[in-house]
Parts: sequence; structure tokens; C-alpha cells
Amino acid sequence: MSTAPIQLRDAVLDVGGRRLWDGLDLDIAAGEFVAVLGPNGAGKTSLLKVLLGLLPLTSGEVLVAGEPPRRGSDVVGYVPQQKGFDADLGARGRDLVAFGADGHRYGLPWSSKDVRRRVDAAIAAVGASAYADAPIGKLSGGEQQRLRIAQALISDPPVLLCDEPLLSLDLNHQRAVVELIDRRRRVTDTAVVMVTHEINPVLPLVDRVVYLVNGRWAVGTPDEVMTTERLSELYDTDIDVLRVRDRIIVVGAADSFVSEPGAIAGLSHDDHDHHHPRGHAS
Amino acid sequence: MNFSNISTTLSFPFAQHALIAATLIAIISGLIGPFVAARDMAFAVHGTAELSFTGAAAGLLIAHDAVNGALIGSLVVATAIGVLGARQSERNTAIGVILGFGLGLGFYLLSFYSGFGPEALNILVGSIVSVSTHQIVVLCAIAVVVIAVMAVLYRPLLFASIDPEVAAARGVRTRLVGLVFVYVLAITVTEAAQIVGTLLVLSLAITPAAAARRFTAHPLLTSLLAIVFALIAADGGVLLSFLFIDSNVKISVYITFISFALYLIGLGVGALKRDPRARRNGGDPDRT
Repeated sequence: MSTAPIQLRDAVLDVGGRRLWDGLDLDIAAGEFVAVLGPNGAGKTSLLKVLLGLLPLTSGEVLVAGEPPRRGSDVVGYVPQQKGFDADLGARGRDLVAFGADGHRYGLPWSSKDVRRRVDAAIAAVGASAYADAPIGKLSGGEQQRLRIAQALISDPPVLLCDEPLLSLDLNHQRAVVELIDRRRRVTDTAVVMVTHEINPVLPLVDRVVYLVNGRWAVGTPDEVMTTERLSELYDTDIDVLRVRDRIIVVGAADSFVSEPGAIAGLSHDDHDHHHPRGHAS
Repeated sequence: MNFSNISTTLSFPFAQHALIAATLIAIISGLIGPFVAARDMAFAVHGTAELSFTGAAAGLLIAHDAVNGALIGSLVVATAIGVLGARQSERNTAIGVILGFGLGLGFYLLSFYSGFGPEALNILVGSIVSVSTHQIVVLCAIAVVVIAVMAVLYRPLLFASIDPEVAAARGVRTRLVGLVFVYVLAITVTEAAQIVGTLLVLSLAITPAAAARRFTAHPLLTSLLAIVFALIAADGGVLLSFLFIDSNVKISVYITFISFALYLIGLGVGALKRDPRARRNGGDPDRT
């Protein structure tokens, strides 16, 4: 691979008159797993939108698979923020996956033989065959997320973008989803960019971290970026980064970058994690 | 109960017209129903239906034509909904605002009309037994257009309805597709309003789809079932009214009753086939 699937050069993004990030330089290589971290409103999701071609850069250059990003491109797979479907939605898991291949085409939802074959393969690859014909709204969050990953990967994209794919999943499902994504990038050399507010579920697997705060940014391995010095500098306030066993816990004072109690990287999922050692008996 | 009433009545042109009109309305209402449900647009249906009264009043005043007035009015309403309620979260509020003003405007216009005022009010309860040949032709043309547009729009509209973010990222023009659907909805609802009445449109545009969703999650099957249910309700209602021709009960009443009965059956079926996986697994640990 001569050129990196994702290239950002001196990228600047203003949204609503506010500078989200400035002078961002980032190359993400094939098969690389990058986590995008930072407080709410720091422009994490906006970074994905830029890569999806939904939001233009204010200045600078962005290339995805060697070309400027455009909507509907097959070179990018997208897993949006996890949110449940209506229980009664008139669609099955299989329909959702098929949309990844031909949902943008006009006409009735009859998929070609080729698409149906790819749908079956994509569903099997994420281990969702048992419930692919069930109404999507009746599936659990973990099951829905597997199907979303199958949907995102059906076009065999060199780039996979995930926006908080672990939100509201319990620890077992978080691990399963992360392992699914990790296996994929190792087998097919897919570059993975995952927006998350918790680094710990992906910590053992990510190659690099992009940390966005108030227009500033840091890029590097978790060991380089997730340090007391580096984050204090980014947040421009006193931040403590603690290593507890194999977890990273970020403790900061400023409320401005914490929208919900404990929503600092590493702390939040204890709220709803019944399997966590420190959690209450479930 | 005298079943010969039905065949006797059906020998009259007005009865044949009623049955044809009911059939056409049922097909297009059933067709849009699942999308109304998936896009949570029940209030848009109700709003455009009631506003067809305003269009009818304007049509009467300007050209003594309530029917075409309602049709043109529905396009104005669809445009207003599209412009003011582009975002889903704002849509219901926008429709409420338009509805309030629109009804007021309708009564205002009616106060200038020197002719037979109740003709505009007719649209509130429907007037299926006075469908003219010309109206049938117009209805046919509208049905063909609605079916053609929906056949083209179906897949991206479904994608945009259940998964708008990914649909946009995948290149679906979600705004455009949604706006076209608002027009299709407005035209369909206005036509349906003239048959079952503004106040009862929901029983053809929503109830059959709500029932169908209890039977299957297969998108095309859901659409097919919704159309079949709408046909049973509409044609069944017309035939029942011929059966009890001597009673004073309006056709719309039978249609709403049949439609609701189908929904209750759907509820029963849905309860019976409820999530076999949950029983097998003993529940989902991460359902929130």
C-alpha cells in the first residue's frame, strides 16, 4: 500500500462559528486501528462526517483511499452511534444489511442474487445468522450492532468508521464487537477509525489515539497520548491519568468537558455494566 | 339482513363508482401506510386530511369545485410541511401551526361562499356515494402516479426511514426522498378524505399498516398486507353499507370498524408469535 487510506493535511474545521480542530495532520495506514477520544463537542463525530463526505473541511486537505471523500462511496463503511430501533419497525436484520449494498438505489427492495449472496456472507461473518430474519427492533443492542457492522462491511471497504459503537452495550458485547472489528482489520487490512468516549474496551487493540480537545489535538500511541502531562496540556488544566491494572482512568476537575457524571474516558461504563468486578451483584 | 340488497344496489352506477373509488383509495392508502408508520407521520396524515377542508372551501369559493380545490390545497400543505418541518423533531409542531391557521382560513373562506356551505363540510365525513365518473378518472390517474412514484422511491425511502444517518452517508438524498413522500402522502390523504372523510382517513392510511406490522417484518410483505387490509376495510365497508342500506349508518363507520377489527386481530397474532428467541435465551442481558 503506497498511500495511506486516510490522509488529513493541515485540516481545519469550523462548525457554527467555532473552531473544532486546527492544523490536524493525520495519516492512517491500512489495517491500522485508531481511536478518536475527547470531550463531547470536541469534533469527534464531525471528523467522521468529514471522512464520510458529509461535511467539508474549512481548510486543508482530506483524502480517503486517495480521493476526496464523497457521500455514498463504497470505500467507506460506517457504523453510526448505537441507538435502538423501534420494536415494530417493518424491517428485518437482513434488510438492514442489504441496505449497505443497494439501499441507495431507486426501485423496490428486491436485491440481486449477488447482493443476497453477499448479505448472507456478511451476516455469517459477524455471527448473526441465527437472528438475521427477526424484526430488527426486537433484537438486543449487541445483536443490532453486529448487523450494523455487517452492513458497513458488505461493500468490502478499505476504511471502516465507527461512531460510539459500544454505547449501551454490556462488557461482554463490547468485547465481542471490538474483537469482531479487530479481526476484520487484521484479515482484510481495513483501516478502522472508532470514535469512543471510553478507551478501555479498545485499549489492548488500538494502535494509535487521536485526542481532540477545544480546538487542540494530540495523535500517538495510547502510551504517548494518555499521560498526565499530555492531557493536562491539551485540556489546559490539571488532569490526572491513572493506570490501574490494564485500565486507564482520566480524572479531571473541569466540568466543561464532562457532560454526564463520570463521562471521562474510562469511568462511564461502570454505570450500566453489571458484569464489572466492582459492579453490584446482578 | 338481506344479501340481495348488495347485488340490487350494485346495479346502480353510484354504487359501482363507490366501490371503484374505495378500491383505488385503499390501494394507495395501504401503500403509503407502512412508511407513515416507519416515519412516525400519523399527525401529518391527520393534519393534511383536515386541511383538505380548507382547500375544498377555497376551491368552492374560486371555482365552485371543492374536489380540485382540495387536491391543489394538499400540494400547498405538503410544501408548507416540507419547508417548515424539514427536521423530524420540528415536523409535528410545524403541522400543528399550519393546521390551526389552515382550519381558521377554511372557515373564513366558507363565510364568503354564498352557495351550499355544507359541500365543503362534506369532506369532513366523506361522500363516497356521490362520486362522479370524472372523479373516478381523476382518482385512477392519481393512483397510477402514486403507485409509480412509490415503486421508484420504495427502497431509498425505506432506508431513509429506518436508518437515516447511514442512508445519508450511503448517498441517499434523504431530504429529497422525504419531501417527495410528503407530497405523495398529501395527495393520497386528500383523495382518501373525500371518500372516508377527513376525520376517518387514519383508518385507511395508518390502521392497516399498523396491523400488517404485527404479522411480518418483511418490508414488501408488510406493504402487501397493508394494501390487502385496506382493501378489506374499504370495500368491505362499502358492501356492508349496501347490505344495511336502510339504516342511517355512514359508510365511513363500517370502514373504521373493519379496519380496527383487523388491527385487533393483528395485535392477537403479534402477541402469539412474540419473540421466540427471548424465551430460548431467557431474555437479553443488554436490552435497554
